[in-house]
Amino acid sequence: MTTPAPIAASTESAPRPDPAAVPALSIDGISHAYGPRRALIDVSFTVAPASFTALLGLNGAGKSTLFSLITRLFGIQTGRVGIFGHDISQNPGEALRLLGVVFQPRTLDLDLSLTQNLLYHAALHGISRREAAARTAELLGRIGLADRAGNKVRDLSGGQMRRLEIARALLHRPRLLLLDEPTVGLDVKARADIISHVRQLVTEQGIGVLWATHLFDEITGNDDLVVLHQGKVLAKGPVGRVIAEAGAQDVNSAFMRLTGAQTMPGGGA
Amino acid sequence: MSSITTRDATPRGFPLSAYMTCLTGIVWREGLRFLHQRERFVSALVRPLVWLFIFAAGFRQVLGISIIPPYETYILYEVYIAPGLMAMIQLFNGMQSSLSMVYDREMGNMRTLLVSPLPRWFLLFCKLLAGTAVSLLQVYAFLIIAWAWDITPPPLGYLTVLPALILSGLMLGSLGMLISSGIKQLENFAGVMNFVIFPMFFASSALYPLWRVQEGSPYLYYVCQANPFTHAVELIRFALYGQINWISLAVVAACTIVFMIGAIYAYDPSRGLARRGPAGGEG
Repeated sequence: MTTPAPIAASTESAPRPDPAAVPALSIDGISHAYGPRRALIDVSFTVAPASFTALLGLNGAGKSTLFSLITRLFGIQTGRVGIFGHDISQNPGEALRLLGVVFQPRTLDLDLSLTQNLLYHAALHGISRREAAARTAELLGRIGLADRAGNKVRDLSGGQMRRLEIARALLHRPRLLLLDEPTVGLDVKARADIISHVRQLVTEQGIGVLWATHLFDEITGNDDLVVLHQGKVLAKGPVGRVIAEAGAQDVNSAFMRLTGAQTMPGGGA
Repeated sequence: MSSITTRDATPRGFPLSAYMTCLTGIVWREGLRFLHQRERFVSALVRPLVWLFIFAAGFRQVLGISIIPPYETYILYEVYIAPGLMAMIQLFNGMQSSLSMVYDREMGNMRTLLVSPLPRWFLLFCKLLAGTAVSLLQVYAFLIIAWAWDITPPPLGYLTVLPALILSGLMLGSLGMLISSGIKQLENFAGVMNFVIFPMFFASSALYPLWRVQEGSPYLYYVCQANPFTHAVELIRFALYGQINWISLAVVAACTIVFMIGAIYAYDPSRGLARRGPAGGEG
């Protein structure tokens, strides 16, 4: 919308840059307003490849708005979003093909079978039927639902639906995965399964993950953390550093301190 | 541009085959969904058949039809309204597809479609084609039943009407899509029925030839002439008898382009959807 994005500049194309140098996701000065209400205010952070970044915020903090901007459901008003260096406004096709998303509301066709849901998604990404069938069978096996392949999605449990949605998001082999509160409404076991599955994707397949949540116990010591409150980023960085800088003992108390400080004048990060 | 290399191994852009895969995938899903909604198919058929069996039978004596193109002889009223009912099927289907888009957007399925990396105009065009394909199934099912009711256009007419139906289906579908972009909730669809479907259907040549309308009310005649639905009906009517109504073809083609551009514009993230605020669970 403003200046042309310096995407994959030709000057640096000869020696392949270190992949770690290009963030999987870069959010740069994003602000967004719904009429007079400001949902996001100058939000900036990055997600490194093969990292697990937790986006922590209460309901209404702006997490879903941010997801809608990253996935191009809303147009960007101010700032830039880049996925592996591809600007989402300038070059949406290249950016979106590297991106997998699990939205907070369920987005499966309940009356279609598991396989049909996955094949539809593959078609949306232009993956040929034969290739799609192979990937579908493989992914359904990996999430332990191969024997349910022909069943209607309606018959699955909440946890199984989420697993299926994650499998669907991985079908086109993205390198960045966004998950918007994926464990909401799941029981303890299903939650743990989903979390460990996604963490496995980070370590084994090198996928960069942005995990939006309001649940402190889903964050571990090795993660990166972005604290979003009332549309502003209050803190970001490795979990240990965020806790230390807040002078707190754990994520929970760090969050309380950070958001408590927000009520004082000039308390923004 | 071609000298610029990307950082990842995947090539830029999408080959034509990817577009075709996407198109067939969207049509396939729409077809599957349609098959799962039997009531929708039944009601899509019952509606025009009620008009044909009851309304037309009752009005047969009231409205005499003179010889007007494309007909070469005196025709029964049933024969006259058949093309109008075919267009009505498509009108309802187009609006119902738009209903499903509102529903999709509420359910989040629309999100799945719109995060596809293929260009958004293409995705919406595929969605329109899929809706049109579904309407074709309905129209041909209606034609089979109508044939048993002695509405027998020339055999070749069943083929020549196909392009006309595709074009009118696209026009009515893109009109529905344009309207759906402005609807926030499902309840507003009742308003669409009252303010779009009924006026479009009744102020057209679907039920009565325009020369009769002109005798009754010159003003209404002009409204009917300006109604794109009239031209969809006439395009179908002529095509069913192996003829082309050039004026109707031009009007329908132009309206299709305008509605389609409008719908694509309305679904552009930086314009239409962006103004609407959070689509789902804001948090």
